[in-house]
Amino acid sequence: MVKENMKSIKIKAHNLNVHYGEKQALFDVSMYMEEKQVTALIGPSGCGKSTFIRCLNRMNDVIDICKVQGKIEIDGNDIYAPDMQVEQLRERVGMVFQKPNPFPKSIFENVAYGPRIHGIAEHKSDLEEIVVNSLKKAALFDEVKDRLNDAGTGLSGGQQQRLCIARAISVNPDIILMDEPCSALDPIATARIEELMGELKTEYTIIIVTHSMQQAARVSSRTGFFHLGKLVEVDKTETIFSNPSDQRTQDYITGRFG
Amino acid sequence: MTDRIEQRINSLNKRLNSEKRFRIYCIGAMSFALAWVLILFLNIFSSGYSAFYRTVIQVDVPFLNLIEDTTQFSEMSSEDINNLSMYSFSKKAIYRLFPDIEEKKDKKMLIRLFSIEFEQEIREFLKSNKSNINETETIYLTASDDVDQVNKGNYPRDLDEDKRRIKDIQLLFFDDLVDRGLVSYEFNLPFLMRGDSREPELAGVGGSIVGSLFTILVVLILSFPIGIFAAIYLEEFAPKNKVTDFIEININNLAAVPSIVFGLLGLGIILNTFGLPRSTPLVGGIVLSLMTLPTIIIATRASLRAVPPSIREGALAVGATKMQAVMHHVVPVAMPGALTGTIIGLAQALGETAPLLLIGMVAFVVDVPQTPLDASASLPVQVYLWSESAERGYVEKTSATIMMLLGFLILMNLAAVLIRRKFETKW
Repeated sequence: MVKENMKSIKIKAHNLNVHYGEKQALFDVSMYMEEKQVTALIGPSGCGKSTFIRCLNRMNDVIDICKVQGKIEIDGNDIYAPDMQVEQLRERVGMVFQKPNPFPKSIFENVAYGPRIHGIAEHKSDLEEIVVNSLKKAALFDEVKDRLNDAGTGLSGGQQQRLCIARAISVNPDIILMDEPCSALDPIATARIEELMGELKTEYTIIIVTHSMQQAARVSSRTGFFHLGKLVEVDKTETIFSNPSDQRTQDYITGRFG
Repeated sequence: MTDRIEQRINSLNKRLNSEKRFRIYCIGAMSFALAWVLILFLNIFSSGYSAFYRTVIQVDVPFLNLIEDTTQFSEMSSEDINNLSMYSFSKKAIYRLFPDIEEKKDKKMLIRLFSIEFEQEIREFLKSNKSNINETETIYLTASDDVDQVNKGNYPRDLDEDKRRIKDIQLLFFDDLVDRGLVSYEFNLPFLMRGDSREPELAGVGGSIVGSLFTILVVLILSFPIGIFAAIYLEEFAPKNKVTDFIEININNLAAVPSIVFGLLGLGIILNTFGLPRSTPLVGGIVLSLMTLPTIIIATRASLRAVPPSIREGALAVGATKMQAVMHHVVPVAMPGALTGTIIGLAQALGETAPLLLIGMVAFVVDVPQTPLDASASLPVQVYLWSESAERGYVEKTSATIMMLLGFLILMNLAAVLIRRKFETKW
């Protein structure tokens, strides 16, 4: 119990309300996420879990009609503060999307793009090192080391998703957001990504949105359950799956709705 | 039970029959459209192909009569040769074809078998071969339009003489020249190189080709960057509100505005208010740019919209600015589509006539333009000009010009298809 409390809090959301035009998508969501842990967000479709995760790197800014109220702090800094530069934020908070979305460029260019625009690599050799390391961390390097100049879009779905993970970690973020990263993948590719998450959490704070409760149970230490835009319950994963305190959570994880 | 099966079979047969009929209608519609295209092409080709060769008549020119020693020509400058009086000398060279003719009237008829510029043609021959002129040189002189058309079989010889432009005695001369093997065809290079002329046999499309190319160049330089930037702004950066909706509607409306209205705008504003030179490819290009812009903007926006949003998100998520996401990832993918739209817009501009009439590109221009600031015709306007002329020679030249115009259009559309095929992103 004492050990649990030692973990520092990386992200803190406080009374988060999100509207898409007239429609409210999130209601007063408050939760925290621990550093170098995997936090899973589960819930039925349309419950707001993707909306929530997209607030963490302000990807919702792209949507004109989306209004975010409330506060999100990363390491104690409000990311919606007026002096926060969204590009800098996204350098620290990487994201992997539901559908693999490699750029229609070579594998090398896919990974090199982030470091290049941020000016991280000064020399070409530095850039190569970053690309190789990122691909290695994403457990993709061995499969593609002979064809780094081939198109990233020519890889298989699972490989593409790992390429996107390599792209996300190429700029050395603190946090990686994963929005249903395995929903377009087969079970074997899914298993590889889950295995990879286990390795990545030693270095990165990972937030994953998933439809699969088994996946949440396998990879995460804490789990939040969303329903109709509200955060119903958030707790340690074992607690959520064995002894939830809310009836709706109980109903969802036992398959009565969702 | 069997009743029900029979009923089903009947209804199925009905549906299959109606599908058969539908297919026949479709094939019929397609054949009808194709037939018209075929008729159009056949008609234009059959009346236009003869403009690509021309009739020349072989004449022996005794240069010794002009000068005591033909080697002296090599020492003369082009200007000296221009100053030589050659008119009666040239005429005498032609009279030598029929030395027996005495009457002045008949001699005049003989001269009229040739294009009006026979003297000039002999002078040009002299200029380009001045170091190597023999006592007598054989020169191929351009036949007059009437002779050309008779030789090509386009002219009815069996009309009464007073209804013909070519007279009986001229036909006698001509037939005799044919018998002596002095009449021949050659490839009509001057047609492709020269500007317009009042003499059908001397008129060429060179001026209008160059004029059209200059015009298209101006259109490309103006409308490609403006169109692409406008499309990128509207599609990627502009807030979606009433103002941008209004702009969008108006761009679509602009694409539907009759082209002659743009001509009036060019006349009123570009010529009269800004005072740019009339009849020039520069002004034509500016007016056609106004017409081409909506096409380019609409095509570019469509191809930008077709780029999956996930690509933008991927770039933004690694911390790219919006401009970086757009310029590095979205625009390269959308470029083939934008280029295709541009080429199609240019092809439209190439074939446009009405606005050019209003800004004075309908002028009769003899010289091939050297810059976009010279007065010039363009291919479609040339078609319009020649189609109004009475002389037979212009009929085949009108069709030949249409052939060239269609050729350019087909080439441009082909380029559009090839660019799309080659650079299309494979997902």
